[in-house]
Amino acid sequence: MKKLLGLFLLIMMFSILAACSQESASDPVKEEPAKAVDSESTEPKKIVKPRVAFVYIGVPGDGGWTFEHDKGREMVDETFSIESTTVENVPEGPDAERVIEELAQNHDIIFTTSFGYMDPTVNVAKKYPDVVFMHATGYKTAENIGTYQGKGYEPGYLAGVAAGKLTKNNKIGYVGAFPIPEVIYTINAFTLGAQSVNPNIEVSVVWSNTWFDPATERQAAISLLDEGVDLLANYQDSPAGIQAAAERGVWGMGNDSDMGHYVPETYVTNPVLNWGPYYVEVVQSVVDETWKSGAALNGLKEGMVDIAPFGKNVPQDVQDLVNAKKQELIDGTLNVFTGPIKDQTGEIKVADGETVSVEDILGMNWFVEGVKGTIPK
Amino acid sequence: MDLFILLITAAISSGTPLLFAVLGGIISEKAGVINLGTEGIMLIGAVISCIVFIQTGNLFVTLVAAVFAAAGLGFIHAFLCISLRSNQIVSGLAITLFGTGLSAYLGKAIAGTALAVSVPKIKLPWLESVPFIGRIFSNLDLFIWVSVALAVLLYLYMYKTSLGLHLKAVGDSPSTSDVMGISVAGYRYFHVIAGSMLMGLAGFYLIMVYSPNWIEGMTAGRGWIAIALIIFARWNPLYALLCAYFFGGLDALGFRIQLFDIGIPSYFLKMLPYVSTILVLMFIGWKNRHNPPAEPTSLGIPYFREQRF
Repeated sequence: MKKLLGLFLLIMMFSILAACSQESASDPVKEEPAKAVDSESTEPKKIVKPRVAFVYIGVPGDGGWTFEHDKGREMVDETFSIESTTVENVPEGPDAERVIEELAQNHDIIFTTSFGYMDPTVNVAKKYPDVVFMHATGYKTAENIGTYQGKGYEPGYLAGVAAGKLTKNNKIGYVGAFPIPEVIYTINAFTLGAQSVNPNIEVSVVWSNTWFDPATERQAAISLLDEGVDLLANYQDSPAGIQAAAERGVWGMGNDSDMGHYVPETYVTNPVLNWGPYYVEVVQSVVDETWKSGAALNGLKEGMVDIAPFGKNVPQDVQDLVNAKKQELIDGTLNVFTGPIKDQTGEIKVADGETVSVEDILGMNWFVEGVKGTIPK
Repeated sequence: MDLFILLITAAISSGTPLLFAVLGGIISEKAGVINLGTEGIMLIGAVISCIVFIQTGNLFVTLVAAVFAAAGLGFIHAFLCISLRSNQIVSGLAITLFGTGLSAYLGKAIAGTALAVSVPKIKLPWLESVPFIGRIFSNLDLFIWVSVALAVLLYLYMYKTSLGLHLKAVGDSPSTSDVMGISVAGYRYFHVIAGSMLMGLAGFYLIMVYSPNWIEGMTAGRGWIAIALIIFARWNPLYALLCAYFFGGLDALGFRIQLFDIGIPSYFLKMLPYVSTILVLMFIGWKNRHNPPAEPTSLGIPYFREQRF
């Protein structure tokens, strides 16, 4: 009996090995017995409890970008009563690919929530065709990769409208993280919004070249405050800039997340991201097997972006005006990037009546007239 | 002129957290123990400050708690390096990793809580009438003056007292000091722990004055810059004062140059503090090439009483 069992085990082992060697013929380094077994069971498995994973660039405690993704994750967990896997502090690059590949082996949906995860996601997705990959803010899609991002320029425009109304000396400061299209189009939308109510404003831009370094962000903010700006907007993840502004009684706007509780007296509002409903929708479609790859670019209408509740000292007429503009953006009667728009040199960049295409917005590398600052080449 | 005043003010405020950490590093290294745990100790100082301030709302209690938490980590480092004679580099790195991780863990619950803190400002009305200096120095916060006073006191201690001379002896030649009847272990323990306390103070300043809410990893590498500045300052507390402000000033200058629109890429400006550190180090090295090194000669070497060389 023992001998028989031994023989049986031996045969089992060989057959698994054989399956493995077949599997890894194309890729000699890879060893995935688990997957080889999986491919043999041909009947389609119905997902009852989706296995969801999130890859984060930072930590949920950053109070900004990752914080908002994690709020979305919580919503998914509650809706499907599951416990999603999260991996924090994953650096963009080879490490990301390793992490995503490990997750791909036992998850159905993986959200990779930073721009730099684009190529690692694409590489891993090729090897795992049964797993759905959702990559935030990227531009490469495939059969099993979808991308998603928010129209950050819509709430950016609304923040600008509020800024244009609130500034007294027409000098507005803007601390940008990095000179990339996402930040540049938000600054442009902000400036256009401010100009729509106050054509004389000037927006001074300083680059901090960091997403996350409170002390440096504070320095950047102070350099603008010393210039005499009376409203300071920040495209940063930490509240250091609006705190520096509050110390001098200057209006402040943050980004990504509602930052009102940090500086209740001087807070205006700011663009916020709201991933939760979209995440739930994606997971639901995967469960229902209706998921299709695509590039989602959602705005105020879909609820992926919004503006945070107004600070308590923002006058009612400003709030009403911003809300009216918000409704126009939702209805589609107002478009942020509709001409005539001039660039910094005063040249017409977008002709009267024309609208910038989505591709051109997502690749924007020029400032509109009224912005004081340079984009490093 | 106006711009210059604003720049100096920004330099002082941005240099102060660095100054605390550099002073802490200097006294530790003067006793012959490198402390690479600066970053971790600063983070612990910051997170403990935040937690205690939320609980008590008292600035002084917060200060004491932050300093003692930092002293705890300092004690671990001292015990490993002095009593167990382990490698100081490895121990210091371990302290940094431990401090970073522990602060992240402790800070989970309080992330995003804004601190309603106001640090008292020292107003000097008699100075206000003095042109230039008056505008810079008449309205600084309390802890800036504390850091300046500490730098001066440490200078006097290290160079003008016999205890300071003993400290130098312990760092340069522990065996000689031992023969002279100076307690090597005692001096080393005391200065490593006192140095860590100053690093904790740096974390306290960062969170109480600079950015009043806890954010994971909020020091963003300032501990490492402080370690470089120790060499930059040639182990002299008064030079440390200048170096910290110089470094802080370069940091602030970068943003102002951006605003002037001179056409220098912002990436280059961001590099400025680091490039100038290298240049100044080269210059100092060249200028002092005939002088004995300022570095404590037994720095990084554990002391064995019976060891023969």
